Amino acid sequence: MATAKKKLVQWEPTDVKKELLKKYPAKVARKRAKQILINEALENTTPEITANVRTIPGIITMRGCTYAGCKGVIMGPTRDIINLVHGPIGCSFYAWLTRRNQTDAGVDGENYIPYCFSTDMQDSDIIFGGEKKLAAAIQEIYDIFHPKAITIFATCPVGLIGDDIHTVARNMKAQLGDCNVFAFSCEGYKGVSQSAGHHIANNQVFTHMVGENNDEKAGEYKINLLGEYNIGGDGFEIDRILRKCGITTISTFSGNSTYDQFASAHKADLSCVMCHRSINYVADMMETKFGIPWIKVNFIGAKSTIKSLRKIAEYFGDQKLIDRVEAVIAEEMPAVDAVCSDVLTRTAGKTAMLFVGGSRAHHYQDLFAEMGMKTISAGYEFAHRDDYEGRRVIPTLKVDADSRNIEEIEVEADPERFKPRKTEAELKALEDKGFKFKEYDGIMPDMDPGALVIDDCNQYEAEKLVELMKPDIFCAGIKEKFSIQKLGVPMKQLHSYDSGGPYAGFKGAVNFYKEIDRLVNSKVWSYMKAPWQESPELSATYVWE
Amino acid sequence: MLLRHTPKEISERSAVTINPAKTCQPIGAMYAALGIHGCLPHSHGSQGCCAYHRSALTRHYKEPVSASTSSFTEGSSVFGGQANLLQAINNIFTVYDPEIIAVHTTCLSETIGDDLSQIFDKAYKEGTVPKGKTLVGAPTPSYVGSHVTGFSNMVKAMADLAEPTGKKNGKVNVIPGWVEPSDMEEIKRLAKLVGADITLFPDTSGVLNGPLSGEYHMFPQGGVTVAELKGCGDAIGTLALGEWCSADAARLLDTKYKVPCRILDMPFGLKATDRFIDALRTISGTVVPEEVSYERGQLVDLISDMHQYFYHKKVALFGDPDQLIAMTEFLVSIDMCPVHLVTGTPGKRFEKRIKELTKDMPFEVNVRAKGDLFLLHQWIKNEPVDLLIGNTYGKYIARDEDIPFIRWGFPILDRQGHQYFPTVGYKGGLRFLEKVLNALLDRMDRDSAEEKFELVY
Repeated sequence: MATAKKKLVQWEPTDVKKELLKKYPAKVARKRAKQILINEALENTTPEITANVRTIPGIITMRGCTYAGCKGVIMGPTRDIINLVHGPIGCSFYAWLTRRNQTDAGVDGENYIPYCFSTDMQDSDIIFGGEKKLAAAIQEIYDIFHPKAITIFATCPVGLIGDDIHTVARNMKAQLGDCNVFAFSCEGYKGVSQSAGHHIANNQVFTHMVGENNDEKAGEYKINLLGEYNIGGDGFEIDRILRKCGITTISTFSGNSTYDQFASAHKADLSCVMCHRSINYVADMMETKFGIPWIKVNFIGAKSTIKSLRKIAEYFGDQKLIDRVEAVIAEEMPAVDAVCSDVLTRTAGKTAMLFVGGSRAHHYQDLFAEMGMKTISAGYEFAHRDDYEGRRVIPTLKVDADSRNIEEIEVEADPERFKPRKTEAELKALEDKGFKFKEYDGIMPDMDPGALVIDDCNQYEAEKLVELMKPDIFCAGIKEKFSIQKLGVPMKQLHSYDSGGPYAGFKGAVNFYKEIDRLVNSKVWSYMKAPWQESPELSATYVWE
Repeated sequence: MLLRHTPKEISERSAVTINPAKTCQPIGAMYAALGIHGCLPHSHGSQGCCAYHRSALTRHYKEPVSASTSSFTEGSSVFGGQANLLQAINNIFTVYDPEIIAVHTTCLSETIGDDLSQIFDKAYKEGTVPKGKTLVGAPTPSYVGSHVTGFSNMVKAMADLAEPTGKKNGKVNVIPGWVEPSDMEEIKRLAKLVGADITLFPDTSGVLNGPLSGEYHMFPQGGVTVAELKGCGDAIGTLALGEWCSADAARLLDTKYKVPCRILDMPFGLKATDRFIDALRTISGTVVPEEVSYERGQLVDLISDMHQYFYHKKVALFGDPDQLIAMTEFLVSIDMCPVHLVTGTPGKRFEKRIKELTKDMPFEVNVRAKGDLFLLHQWIKNEPVDLLIGNTYGKYIARDEDIPFIRWGFPILDRQGHQYFPTVGYKGGLRFLEKVLNALLDRMDRDSAEEKFELVY
């Protein structure tokens, strides 16, 4: 039995780590020990964590699969492409509207997000192969909807029985003529987590869509926003701010996106990466092929939003934009500050734990910091070492068998369309001023010394952490929500935001302050025990008058 | 319009399913396994299956749903998942210490041909299963049947834990099918009133509708125990509620252990509940107390009070076969007209039963097993209805077509209460009728002209 009430001694991080590992079989403990780290600032470096390695069978993980990363995360938020899942019905069913990706298709725009498409493979398809059914399904979809693109997602059995989905896609594309058809080999067993699916999606989107539309796009200060999925309307708020600043978003990968945004992404002059883990591949490829530099941004937290806007303005270097950005900040911040200073009186000094994503466990620490809340433990579900320690470790990453089977595509500079956006001298001048391209320092340098950094934190460890360290709030996903709350500790979903959002940008920050204030100060957490449970012994007999 | 691309014209499809009215087998097995006390469900496949099933169940029940996975990699997909499952079993008993692990397969482990019983044998031989602990397994290939089939397969595996002693124990097995924890609790309450000593399995009450008390128990108090399951071979009989969910387990106990069984409909509505109570008192040899007749009378009373609003109202419904069959009978019994019915679960008998139940209706009935919500929506566009009943996904159709909508079935992702308030039995019938009436009259209040807007109905 675990009860949250009992803590009260201050636990040393080393003791907490020991507690977490105590119950494991020796082999499991050895492996987990390398994924649980006590953050410390070493000279010019950070301690090395083990990440992006196999989940241990039987240990209740928070992770999902490659298909989820590909179809659910990257392709799910796009509205005018029909996502056809080739497999038994479940995979498509579970990814149907459950991630809360919002989209604005207007009154008559194409919007397939409320739909769910599947070949619903039966045993005969498994035995005799499903290629014919897949081709027929594509034809039926085309006949009913006439979409501009149909994408195919492989599920586990498809890879095992050897259906050649890429050939089916190629043939159908040729046969239909006016509909792009391509496929993702994103079987659930590939890789070790959702992360492999992001990579597969990045490759195929880049190969089959990016660069298709060479029409010039109107607007000044053109950027791509990479790794923003418009969950709970985050993307809408970021778009609002960027528009107000006069910045033109050519494409978003992939919140509230359309086919044409992907096809035109090479027309932007800067790529801004939100979620480093899920989309850095596209950012790199865009630079190599078209000469578009990329920077890391973060619109989670008011201060981070300000920093990111200034960074974009500095890149373009135009005084008009710099002034406009400052004006927008000056206009937006009073409302943010007003709520923040009010909420601070009730949230300051409280503690948080975050186990989510490949970026959010980092980004959301900024929001908590604005509320005076300290993150005492955090980690990612599916990140790699560079997301913890910074991109400088990339050259030293070991490629294991599970990563080796994820295709790496070779990209070269486009002979006609490669165009450096800045001269060498301009880039150098920016860098001399401290401007960083292609740089992400990871979560660890931003965390306090002594904080616990845990990769692929599982249900058992989460409960132990809550029991021992009693944070004021715990953030993870839906699977973790209620076991944490049973312990009397509020839990905020940071994958799909419960029913809330947006939390990005200025208005999002205000929403988040209020939401966390509501959660950590809710009266419900004081109702755990009935009066007779608080003092079970009768000390006197009550006599009715 | 949210479903703006759905045309009114229906074209036959043979390859693509659009907006399914079913999901895959393993989630059913996971739900059933949660109805065993001290059980950790285990998904033998890629970890995504387990993550998706846990998420869907958690969103529906708003309760912790613990389950583990074999976390297949490409290597295990090629060489077989035995090593992963053996490692998982060891880790699970060491770290979580359940009484029983209920393993179900997935399309992945079925396609590569992993044999659960052979792997279990190895686990027992290697001593990874502590003394007194149990492993149970069910094959649940996702490419056969639906979530209902998976539920049925796990329930059958539970029944097969029976270890008859040869001496009858006087108990009646009741297999409730895939109903809510609140429904299972209600079935137990009714059985207690009738004086029948029952073993209900699975039983998720007390597991997926637990209290908030500042303590987390990975294995809550509820659930049928392994000992009770072992005893179900000594029962005097089995009542299986629902052909799709429960009949296979009941027939297994009948053929293998000579426990006679009766297959009934799920007790939704007056008549099905009547048959359930009547069968229960017959098999257990008890007298139905006045209290139960009184509850029945209250439901009849409500039907008579509300009848004027129900009469000849057209209803479209989708969900699972056992639920739809019972609900169709209920709706017909109160003179409503189910006109469009879709289940995603295969089974020819479904269409036949629905046709029988609706044969006297003044409308043509559209019914389809292995159908989908895209088809249902098209039917509705061609022949509008007054009420839509189904899981949360129905809200998109309801909004586009402006139809009153009652959430009933699985999954319900955007409303709460189904964990706590039953719709089975007479009391459940009262609650359901209240929902129907509210849906219809709220709509009337919204739409009536000012001069027709009334205080009293």
